[in-house]
Amino acid sequence: MKELSPVPPDTLAVEARDLRKEFVRKDRRRGKRRVAALADVSLDLARGECVAILGQNGSGKSTLVRLLSTLLLPDGGAASVFGYDVVRDGKAVRRLVNRVSVEASFFKKMSPSENLHYAARFYGMTLSETTERIPAILERVGFPPDRRTEPMENLSRGMQQKVALARALLTSPVLLLLDEPTTGLDPRSKLEVQEFIREMRAVHDSTILLCTHDLNEAESLAERVGILDRGRLLALEPADELKERFDAETLEQAFFAATGRGFEDEEDEMDAEERKVLA
Amino acid sequence: MRAVALELKHELIGLAGVVERNVYLTRRYIYWDVAFFVWTVANTLTIVFIAEGIEATGGQIDVDRATTTLLIGAVVWAYLGIIFEFLTETVAWERWEGTIEYTFMAPLSRAMHLGGSGVFAVLYGLVRAILLFIVVALFFGLEFENANFVAALVILIVASISFFGIGMMTAVLPLISPEKGAQLGFVAQGMLLVVSGVYYPVEVLPGWMQWLAKISPATYALDGIRAAILDGASLGSLWHDIWPLLVIGAACIPIGLWIFNRGEVYAKRHGKLKRSG
Repeated sequence: MKELSPVPPDTLAVEARDLRKEFVRKDRRRGKRRVAALADVSLDLARGECVAILGQNGSGKSTLVRLLSTLLLPDGGAASVFGYDVVRDGKAVRRLVNRVSVEASFFKKMSPSENLHYAARFYGMTLSETTERIPAILERVGFPPDRRTEPMENLSRGMQQKVALARALLTSPVLLLLDEPTTGLDPRSKLEVQEFIREMRAVHDSTILLCTHDLNEAESLAERVGILDRGRLLALEPADELKERFDAETLEQAFFAATGRGFEDEEDEMDAEERKVLA
Repeated sequence: MRAVALELKHELIGLAGVVERNVYLTRRYIYWDVAFFVWTVANTLTIVFIAEGIEATGGQIDVDRATTTLLIGAVVWAYLGIIFEFLTETVAWERWEGTIEYTFMAPLSRAMHLGGSGVFAVLYGLVRAILLFIVVALFFGLEFENANFVAALVILIVASISFFGIGMMTAVLPLISPEKGAQLGFVAQGMLLVVSGVYYPVEVLPGWMQWLAKISPATYALDGIRAAILDGASLGSLWHDIWPLLVIGAACIPIGLWIFNRGEVYAKRHGKLKRSG
């Protein structure tokens, strides 16, 4: 892979200023209208830091992840990853970032091994490199060796998510975007994934942006916790300070105090990403 | 210089990765491929039988020559269909499988990404086209005493450059219209072939369609392949078909890539670069 220019040590891993993204929503009552999925969001992530973003479905978490991974273009503001602008320097950003999302996202008829070989090529890894590294990485995430050649569609969600973690690890990302990586997993798989995230930080010094529904997960993994509500970042600070600021005993109470709504309440107004998006 | 070489190496490895993935998928779906091949043979037979049908109803034609002419048209149609299908499905398939976001957030240029699909499509399409030609030719007992198959193959490969460029233009359709974009690729394929003399001389077309035939690479591909197989034309004598193919190809690749890149920007702006469901 092409070498990037050395990044000064004090460069922020993520720097977003007034980041804005809108989608057009078609509504029978109100016709077409623009809805803000992200409204002037500013945040910084220091190198090696883990920041969790809490928010309901449609709060804008996935939009933030997709903007930082260059899959969306912002409508306003700016964002950079290790100093590279996500719009102007898309290719440089893509070399530094990888992602694990709630859906494992693989070619279902292909095996874990085949999916990983294919994904690694896009990052410039040769056959000899992948032949050596893929079995080692699958072993490290606890994937059983005898199931490496089975089609992905035969594997459980937990198994598939392990392969997704292996895919992210394979490319040695310096910024790892985790979009609800443990949603829908059984308790054991959830703990394994969380343990792996800790290992990623300890061994690889990766910076992690974790978008999650799981309050305990956010509190145990992240140095700072953000509350994203209706596209607005209402708070971003260590969990203890967050609880203190909102005079709450738990993060759930703090979330309620910040947003005026319970964490599990369904949000049907701002689910911009899931709406019918029109040109 | 070293950085450029390293970048090129990385890009070519990425291109090989797309080919590798399509090899895996073809292996996994091999029985479907056999089924589709049987369908293509049946479809080709229905077209090629037309020559015998004309004679049976009193028409005065050279049946073997007409049969071969129709067979070449059907084979080029099938080949073009494979190229368009693979390129159009570069996006549509990944959207369906859910891998589209991972592919588009990888540090690989779109030229190499689409190039990988194109290289595989050409290799796979050539194998299918040659097999189709052999099976149907054996079925009708056709003999090719003077045929120059090497020249025909060279024409098909040169034409593939243009087909690839046009395929990139159609590949953008599922990007901007996830629901119906893939089907629009078939419309483009049909439009291309109707003006290119796939089963008839372009001279029978209305004037404005004959003008379109002049800018269609399929016109020159069909003309050159027919001349090589029916009359044993040499590569040198086919230059009048080869140079337009090279010119159209040189224009189609950058135009196709530009259109795809514009489509990608549109999809990123409107949030369409994501999995289905």
